[in-house]
Amino acid sequence: MLGFIIQRFMQAVVVMAVMSVIVFCGVYAIGNPIDIVIPPEATEEIRLNTIRRLGLDRPLYEQYFIFIGNLLQGDLGRSFVYNVPVLELIGGRLPATLELVLISVISATVIGVSLGIYAGYRPDSWLSKTIMAVSVLGFSVPSFWVGLILILTFAVNLGWMPAGGRGDTVEILGIEWSFLTADGLSHIVLPAVNLALFKLAMMIRLARAGTREIMLTDTIKFARAAGLSEATILRRHLLKLISIPIITVFGLELGSTLAFAVVTETIFSWPGVGKLIIDSISVLDRPVMVAYLILVAFLFVTINFVIDLVFALIDPRIRHGASA
Amino acid sequence: MTDPVLSVRDLRTHFFTRAGVVKAVDGVSFDLAAGEILGLVGESGSGKTVTGFSILGLIDAPGRIVEGSVMLNGTELTSLPEAQLRARRGRDISMVFQDPIATLNPMLTIGQQMRLAINAHEKLGRRAAEARAAELLTQVGIPSAEARLRSYPHEFSGGMRQRVAIAIALLHRPSVIVADEPTTALDVSIQAQILYQMRDLAAQTGTALIWISHDLAVVSSLATRLAVMYAGRIVEQGPTATLLRDPRHPYTAGLIASLPATSKPGEPLAQIPGTTPSLLSLPPGCPFAPRCARQTPACTEEPALTIEADRGWRCFHPVGQMHEEPA
Amino acid sequence: MSDQSTPLRRFWAEFRENKVAVVALVVMVLMGLLALFASVVSPQNPYDLANLSLMDSRRPPGFVGSGGYTHLLGTDPQGRDLLSAIFYGLRISIQIGLAAGFVSLTIGTFLGILAAYLGGRIETLIMRMVDLQLSFPAILLALVIVAMLGQGKAQLIGALVAAQYAYFARTAYGAAKAERGKDYIEAAVATPLSTRLVMLRHLLPNCTPPLIVVATVQIANSISLEATLSFLGLGLPVTEPSLGMLISNGFPYMMSGRYWISVYPGVALIILIVAINIVGDQVRDQFNPRLRR
Repeated sequence: MLGFIIQRFMQAVVVMAVMSVIVFCGVYAIGNPIDIVIPPEATEEIRLNTIRRLGLDRPLYEQYFIFIGNLLQGDLGRSFVYNVPVLELIGGRLPATLELVLISVISATVIGVSLGIYAGYRPDSWLSKTIMAVSVLGFSVPSFWVGLILILTFAVNLGWMPAGGRGDTVEILGIEWSFLTADGLSHIVLPAVNLALFKLAMMIRLARAGTREIMLTDTIKFARAAGLSEATILRRHLLKLISIPIITVFGLELGSTLAFAVVTETIFSWPGVGKLIIDSISVLDRPVMVAYLILVAFLFVTINFVIDLVFALIDPRIRHGASA
Repeated sequence: MTDPVLSVRDLRTHFFTRAGVVKAVDGVSFDLAAGEILGLVGESGSGKTVTGFSILGLIDAPGRIVEGSVMLNGTELTSLPEAQLRARRGRDISMVFQDPIATLNPMLTIGQQMRLAINAHEKLGRRAAEARAAELLTQVGIPSAEARLRSYPHEFSGGMRQRVAIAIALLHRPSVIVADEPTTALDVSIQAQILYQMRDLAAQTGTALIWISHDLAVVSSLATRLAVMYAGRIVEQGPTATLLRDPRHPYTAGLIASLPATSKPGEPLAQIPGTTPSLLSLPPGCPFAPRCARQTPACTEEPALTIEADRGWRCFHPVGQMHEEPA
Repeated sequence: MSDQSTPLRRFWAEFRENKVAVVALVVMVLMGLLALFASVVSPQNPYDLANLSLMDSRRPPGFVGSGGYTHLLGTDPQGRDLLSAIFYGLRISIQIGLAAGFVSLTIGTFLGILAAYLGGRIETLIMRMVDLQLSFPAILLALVIVAMLGQGKAQLIGALVAAQYAYFARTAYGAAKAERGKDYIEAAVATPLSTRLVMLRHLLPNCTPPLIVVATVQIANSISLEATLSFLGLGLPVTEPSLGMLISNGFPYMMSGRYWISVYPGVALIILIVAINIVGDQVRDQFNPRLRR
């Protein structure tokens, strides 16, 4: 068990190192930020000074090592545009994004798995067919379009919910939360639904496919032959067997939802990191881009690592080292 | 003969597939007395497993029991509502499957799985349930049973897992156990152990066994009676010794002739020519006719059941009775 | 249904049983044709600035503009006839979806089969890269690449390919790997055939069914991704608007009730994507032996 954890941890470290190189090269190697940061009418002296100040005159590998050195000290550089430390910039926006993402993914999983199990258990009922039709829609319809329709319907036409912004927040543990105030909650509902819809569709499909396959296995037939009630079979056997793929996808989706939040945040003017990164891309604010990507990569790796640990806890085969 | 514990009459289970209706079981009848071991023999695809599942009412869509009766201890199972049928499964009749690796849930401990099976029919406290489970495990030959309750299936060998499955089937002392090739997936040495252990357990508890197998050699060393299946029907049945010594149906005779023990060393094994027919395109009349050396034009009719003392067969030209006119 | 017919016929016969899938297929083909003949069926060439009049901009559906004909779906902020813009937008969206899908398919299949065929270090290298990428959301990757490469059709396709080839590589690898282990491939390798021939003749056909399924899904994804990027303002130039761009253009006017500028192109986009996905779903179910009855 300990060996397994160490092995996975080393893997995570290697992946992070590789990611940092790729991200750094990808973002720094192409394009010329100087033109953006420095006004064209600036004198040659200001130009050179700025270039030196930002470290853009050094060779790429040197820039990388400086970057990594600073990174390890928690310094991700300063934004070209806002001229504040990037970490501060992102840190200030992160809670809003995390709140949105967590609420979306958790509700999508709980609802999606329940619906998916039902649809897999009774594949021929009309309700299952409806669930599946809706999930095809949720899967197919681009997220930004759903956002637009949500705004058009609930904000513009019905006026039930605000079209954007975060609303009132409460500070708990030094972090602002929206979902604890009535106003904040009304602001988070639409973006959360928007962000959750795709994940919901995905969870439904996953749970349905898993259920259909598992219900045909000998394990279930044997349980039936032993006289277990269908409720017990679903609760004790199926749920346990289906949990592994669900947890895997849950983790992966947590990461990708973070990325998709970019779209949702743009539509609903949600003041999170997603909106920040879109703005930064359009003005080529590299330190912000790099820091964001490294952060996302870090979150991904961390999530994967945690999922491996969870697997080890729930799957006896891994826990006992039967397979790695 | 006393009243049978299980009586199957004219059972028909059909699968309604895209390609057509597959008559997997098409008119199967037999009786099972208390403590008896019936060997259900046939090639793969002959419908023996489906027969087993039909008896327990475990046929999944697109399959369905279309006709026939299954009487267990005087209760008709085929017309029973699902809830009542469930209440009998595992208590009055249970089943052991072919592949022990696939039957046990890898995510639950042996103890949890056995407790689930116990609680399906009896509300026992955790202590009492575990004691019962350990007792059964000991009975099927698993050492230090109480400690093993906390183990997961992957910590057991294939043979041990099958013992666990057998213990689960025995938990409520059912009157009938359907054993679907329970030793096929195991090593030969373990096969024999489990075989005889099951026979002894059945004898001790008075449980009747239906032992499904494609291997006549295995079944005949165990079963008191044999039923030979071909293309969804029982073509011959009777006491094991009688059938082996003096088969009537050419298919039974062919199976016996192809046993390694009956052939002389150095000579090739006898084979039944041809292959099992597709159940989608059965010839009219006797399904074995196309492969049969004794086939005549009469065989395009369905042969009726001939009963003689404690045995019966379905053939116009039975082996060993060539001098007689077909019944 | 007879079993003697060709596999393709049998496939079609089974496909035909799902009425929804048939409708989806018809819709898909129809939209393809509309895109192909956009210049014929459109009342107006929306890219020709001479045709556009600002007086006609943001008019509701049914408005009769200065061109003298009815704008069935209204007009956009530039005064384009929305119906024509949708036909042309459809053309661009499908073009990009197909191009990105095809290039990803080629590159991904090549890498996947190469990895499965060669094995060893190259296999590890390729598949590690692919897996790393798969764990990264496609949209983020596409975003960064567009940000790096700048805007334009080729750049956009490049970004979509970079974001999607990994799916094909995984699929081809999986199928080829399963085939690679079989005896007949070993035998083919042992006979003096060139490596390329073995790959083409034996491995490729076995990867085809799963690749077709992935391709349908990925083409739909490409179209959706392109629309998303365009909506975020990182897609194509404004002069040749794709469906995503049309939706984006209309977004600011939605709050004031001019819904049609965003809604109609969106409806067209969704019909297209849903149709492709339904067809893809049916094909997948037919290829999946485990669900066959």
